[in-house]
Amino acid sequence: MAEVTVRKLNKKFDLTHVVKDVDLQIHDKEFVVFVGPSGCGKTTTLRMIAGLEAVTSGEILIDNTIVNEVPPMDRDIAMVFQNYALYPHMSVAGNMAFGLKMRKFEKAEIEKRIKRAADILGIGELLHRKPRQLSGGQRQRVALGRAIVRDPKVFLFDEPLSNLDAKLRVQMRVELKKLHERLAVTSIYVTHDQVEAMTLGDRVVVMKDGWVQQVGEPLELYNTPANRFVAGFIGSPAMNFADVTLSGGDGKLWAEAPGLKIGLPAPIAQRVNGRNGAKATMGIRPEDLHIAGPADPGELCFDVEVEVVEQLGSEILLDTRAGNSTFVASVEPTLRTKVHDRLKLAINPNRLHLFDAQTEAVI
Amino acid sequence: MIEGALWRKWVFYNIPLILFVFVLLFPFYWMIITTFRPDGELYKPWNATSYQPFWTNNPTLEHIKYLFEETSFARWMFNTMFIALASTLISLFCGVLAGYALARLNFPWAGSLGTVIFVTYLVPQTLLFIPLAQIIRNFELGDTPWSLILTYPTFLIPFCTWLMMGYFKAIPKELEECARIDGASRWKAMIYIIIPVAVPGILSSGIIAFTLSWNEFIYALVFLSSPDQKTVPVGVTSELIRGDVFFWGPLMAGALLGSIPVAIVYSFFVEHYVSGLTGSVKG
Repeated sequence: MAEVTVRKLNKKFDLTHVVKDVDLQIHDKEFVVFVGPSGCGKTTTLRMIAGLEAVTSGEILIDNTIVNEVPPMDRDIAMVFQNYALYPHMSVAGNMAFGLKMRKFEKAEIEKRIKRAADILGIGELLHRKPRQLSGGQRQRVALGRAIVRDPKVFLFDEPLSNLDAKLRVQMRVELKKLHERLAVTSIYVTHDQVEAMTLGDRVVVMKDGWVQQVGEPLELYNTPANRFVAGFIGSPAMNFADVTLSGGDGKLWAEAPGLKIGLPAPIAQRVNGRNGAKATMGIRPEDLHIAGPADPGELCFDVEVEVVEQLGSEILLDTRAGNSTFVASVEPTLRTKVHDRLKLAINPNRLHLFDAQTEAVI
Repeated sequence: MIEGALWRKWVFYNIPLILFVFVLLFPFYWMIITTFRPDGELYKPWNATSYQPFWTNNPTLEHIKYLFEETSFARWMFNTMFIALASTLISLFCGVLAGYALARLNFPWAGSLGTVIFVTYLVPQTLLFIPLAQIIRNFELGDTPWSLILTYPTFLIPFCTWLMMGYFKAIPKELEECARIDGASRWKAMIYIIIPVAVPGILSSGIIAFTLSWNEFIYALVFLSSPDQKTVPVGVTSELIRGDVFFWGPLMAGALLGSIPVAIVYSFFVEHYVSGLTGSVKG
């Protein structure tokens, strides 16, 4: 099996610097997801690992061997593309056999492997069809099958589910997860969908503008984001942000904004110490806000006006406003409220995040 | 289709269609009727009694017989076929490789090179035949089929290159990348994946190149002189128009027989041809 290591990887297209100093260690059998908005360099990084894109500087190692100059055919990888890239003139079986034929496998071995992959993916009855006779989901399976039969060291996935409809995407996501459990092959998966990243990845690499923002397990990213970008990108509905000024007084540190004054909990206050008067961004997730009750201390509460009520059945999302900051709160579905109601929200102090206004790094 | 009242369908759809079909097919009809009409009827003045311009009651094969017995028409057909096939194959071979290279290999100046090739296609043949005649003479190729087989590609290769370049660009590059990850070299990926997928495009440019060289007139007129070396378009016009005398019957018979191979080629590949021109590659 295989480890993939990326050291100080850079990619420039003429004058545009699209991948910047990416360092990454992907362990054997690990499922790693690259996630970020379009243009963040995630696909380019994957294509460099595949050998489809030349490396500007840095090193890529597969199984401790530098592969920078190794052509894609000799890297022993398999890749699943967003548009499936099935060979239109070959049957499903022909598509799956192509890679093995190129590697001069025995006919019997090819048939055995195709049968095994077809059984795993449930596409046994499609083997003689041409790609144009298949639905989107079936094509996706064939593309996966073509990767599986190769038995490669590393699987690479380039947004493989983006072309499927929402329902099928959820279904295939689960199947991909099962498939990885079963095959236990090192996998690198690129997506712009943070839900896919969170559900599939053993670890997630968040990228933006060519830089790696944070690498970690899904919950680690969710609970302790390294900066404002990661905090806003991971999680749906997204984290609420408010621009605040830090102020000290009466033995307590406060985050203040028009219509808002929150007492910072002790651990954050310690870290913030000495930044009196500084600008910062306060972040709180919708589920860490609740309707204030008698038990909530006043310094963690603030008044809001309801602007939109989104009934989701299992919860209600309230779009609210406090001064010039807006907050989405996820509250119990039993709450009865309507637009323009005034409510008091309370913050879960342990889940409060504070980011530097300039660097956007977590404080 | 046009929706609504019947008269709208006739005015905007059926009548224009009928007119269009008439304009397109009438020359062929005229060609056929002239081929089978005896000379006595052909040269009858228009105001003579019993003048029937659109029909004949005495069909005859004498013009076709004349064509084969009194001229080298069979030889011209063979020459035309041989020259058209050879120059088409040469042009396709070069055009496919060049088109692939311009579409896929990111070498410096690829874009400008493509434009330059296109510009050579725009130079009119009526300008080029003078310097080409000099070259043909220097290589002592005059009055041989090779004078045409080697000069037709001067306009066919740019044409095939551009058509194929467009077609290759329409093929998702992931297909090729996937093949290369699957273990194929660039060359094998081209042979096993890209070229089979591009068959409709190759057929289309082949058909058009074949037709262009089949119908080519000016080079054939300039480079060939002995009657046995001529192609159909040149042979028919030079041997069957003597001075101001037009041998209309054999002329039309020659035109009719000369257009049959092209018609067969078109109808045989029409499905591929259409999908080639509309570039329908689906993943």
